[in-house]
Amino acid sequence: MSVYKLNMEQLRNWVGRLIAERPVYGVRQKDERFVFGRLKKPEELRLDYDVTILPPKKYILPTRENLLAYQPGEHYESLWADEPFVLLGVHPYDFVAIRQLDLLFEREKPDEHYLRRRRAATIIVADVERASDNVFAGCVGTAVVKDAFDGLLTRVEDGYLLEVRGEKGEWLASLLESPSPANAAELSRRNDVWENNRRRLRKHELKVPPEQLGDLLRRSVDHPLWEEKARLCYSCGSCNLVCPTCYCFDVRDESDWSLDKGVRYRVWDGCLLEDFAMVAGGHNFRPTRAARYRHRYYRKGLYVPEMIGELACVGCGRCITACTAGIANPVEVYNRLQEEPHEDDAAE
Amino acid sequence: MRTMLQSEEQTLEDIYRPRPATVVRVEDMTRTEKLFELELDSGEPLGHMPGQFVEVSLAGIGEAPISISSSPTRGRRFELVVRRVGSLTRALHHLKPGDKVGIRGPFGTWFPVDTDLRGRDVIFICGGIGLVPVRSAIQYVVDNRTDYGHVFILFGARTPADRLFTDEYEQWCSPGEVTFLETVDKRDARWTGAEGVITTLIPCIRFDPARTVAVICGPPVMYRFVIVGLKERGMAEENIFVSLERRMKCGVGKCGHCQINHIYVCQKGPVFRLSEITDLEEAL
Ligand SMILES: Cc1cc2nc3c(=O)[nH]c(=O)nc-3n(C[C@H](O)[C@H](O)[C@H](O)COP(=O)(O)OP(=O)(O)OC[C@H]3O[C@@H](n4cnc5c(N)ncnc54)[C@H](O)[C@@H]3O)c2cc1C
Ligand code: SF4
Ligand code: SF4
Ligand code: FES
Repeated sequence: MSVYKLNMEQLRNWVGRLIAERPVYGVRQKDERFVFGRLKKPEELRLDYDVTILPPKKYILPTRENLLAYQPGEHYESLWADEPFVLLGVHPYDFVAIRQLDLLFEREKPDEHYLRRRRAATIIVADVERASDNVFAGCVGTAVVKDAFDGLLTRVEDGYLLEVRGEKGEWLASLLESPSPANAAELSRRNDVWENNRRRLRKHELKVPPEQLGDLLRRSVDHPLWEEKARLCYSCGSCNLVCPTCYCFDVRDESDWSLDKGVRYRVWDGCLLEDFAMVAGGHNFRPTRAARYRHRYYRKGLYVPEMIGELACVGCGRCITACTAGIANPVEVYNRLQEEPHEDDAAE
Repeated sequence: MRTMLQSEEQTLEDIYRPRPATVVRVEDMTRTEKLFELELDSGEPLGHMPGQFVEVSLAGIGEAPISISSSPTRGRRFELVVRRVGSLTRALHHLKPGDKVGIRGPFGTWFPVDTDLRGRDVIFICGGIGLVPVRSAIQYVVDNRTDYGHVFILFGARTPADRLFTDEYEQWCSPGEVTFLETVDKRDARWTGAEGVITTLIPCIRFDPARTVAVICGPPVMYRFVIVGLKERGMAEENIFVSLERRMKCGVGKCGHCQINHIYVCQKGPVFRLSEITDLEEAL
């Protein structure tokens, strides 16, 4: 493990060198909010952001991603994207989400499209400087990450600490000019930042211990809350769209003007959308808003955890902000299930 | 733990890339169903088991999950029966011998023809197009006739014109010890057979629930009623197998469309032992 101390000028120069070497996607300001976008110069970078509108997942699982090119005669050729790039300033909770996607795309039938993009990514995590309005990463153990990143930036008084790991980390360090190791006082300042973030990234207080959520959900299938909340749901899918751990997709074809050549691509899809489980002939296997609404909480709290052993909500709070109906707060839902056990369920 | 992300070796396998296959024969079955005999261009057998499905692809239109309707005991070629319902299935209906399609798979679980069904009496209960995947198992049983006890085939179609594989019933029954019963929801002028929903056929057969296994496949509405009918006759959920349809996109457990609660039907299905899914709220 190597940790370096960078003053603001060193940071700026280092980011400049990254930009010269590879495409760098970092956090920029857009009106009053923040987004991940391609950085053209170091000055654009805003490591003091609270949360981005969309998670950085979009660079590894793009909103639209070409999978195959086809030619007449049913010839399909795989389209791979493996150009190296840098993701700069990923908050710990979003990084945990990417690690979860790694497990999901790798398990059983490995998805080489995802894996190649992921291998091409050098990810530099940045500890949270400013808490967003709805973040609750502190309640779900994602306020801080200690490994698996390539670089980790933490704000200290007059600059940043940069920790690097592994081969990609060495490459990051090689672009530092006159690197100076962090001293003990600075490292202890970094511990304070972590301690502090674990405590303060809790704008909503989850009262259910994450490891008990699965059992709580198993008991809550018939809870009246699903119906009550879902009555207000527009089935707009915004809660899926902004979520760093959502990864459902649709697959479509697009032909060029000649109609015989084109690409097969995938696009993000969302389980809250009305036709998500609809088949030809119009039969819908998840026909009610309540069933679709409930499915999302079960996926985050039970189904995906069964596959990867971790809660699939990383507490970014984006869905809470995105939902115009004001019903998408996972903390509120899980707390309610805990506090008001459904009578039938409680009787069991 | 060394994960695949860290490995330098990239597998070239692309789970989304179809293999080319050629249409060998097309047969009209009903107004809306056609049968396609296909062969992989690589010359290899598909390597499937009865009840599995493939993703059939036409470049520029898309893919659809389609059951394999023939038994692997019938050689290198395989058959699909496609109902024309939407864009891809309509385009498939335009194919002629010599045309190409893309194939991914086989995917999913299969009817337990080599395990649970073996040495037992078997009841196949099919509604409409549900006979398509089950035909693969029927052929498999017919081709290994001595491995199984008495076979019952109960088939219900909407109208006499919707009946499938009509010229094969005789062959299915020829090895003996086969009871074939059919009914239509709505008769026409020439139909002399039974009229009524498929559940009306269950009381017509005599079987020993202790040594019988049932296989059910049909439209979503059918399952509950048939299951009630079988349970009334003493069948245990462990001995009932169902094949369930869901929306599917990827066929490989990634896209999320096919989920019944936590279960990916494309991976853990489409064939399920009933006792394994009765607790699932979204299953039936
Ligand atoms: C395991 C399984 C086995 C099947 N076996 C057969 C079979 O042997 N013969 C047969 O005719 N049909 C079968 N089907 C149904 C068949 O997949 C659909 O009729 C087909 O996908 C419709 O596609 P389309 O483009 O013609 O219809 P459209 O209505 O144009 O399709 C619209 C969209 O919905 C999706 N979609 C619609 N219905 C389904 C569906 N049931 N499953 C998955 N995706 C769907 C399509 O992918 C497409 O994107 C099976 C379905 C499943 C899940
Ligand atoms: S964002 Fe809110 S209204 Fe929209 S689908 Fe999600 S829960 Fe429903
Ligand atoms: S469910 Fe909401 S809070 Fe949890 S990770 Fe997804 S968007 Fe963030
Ligand atoms: S069809 Fe995509 S997950 Fe099953």
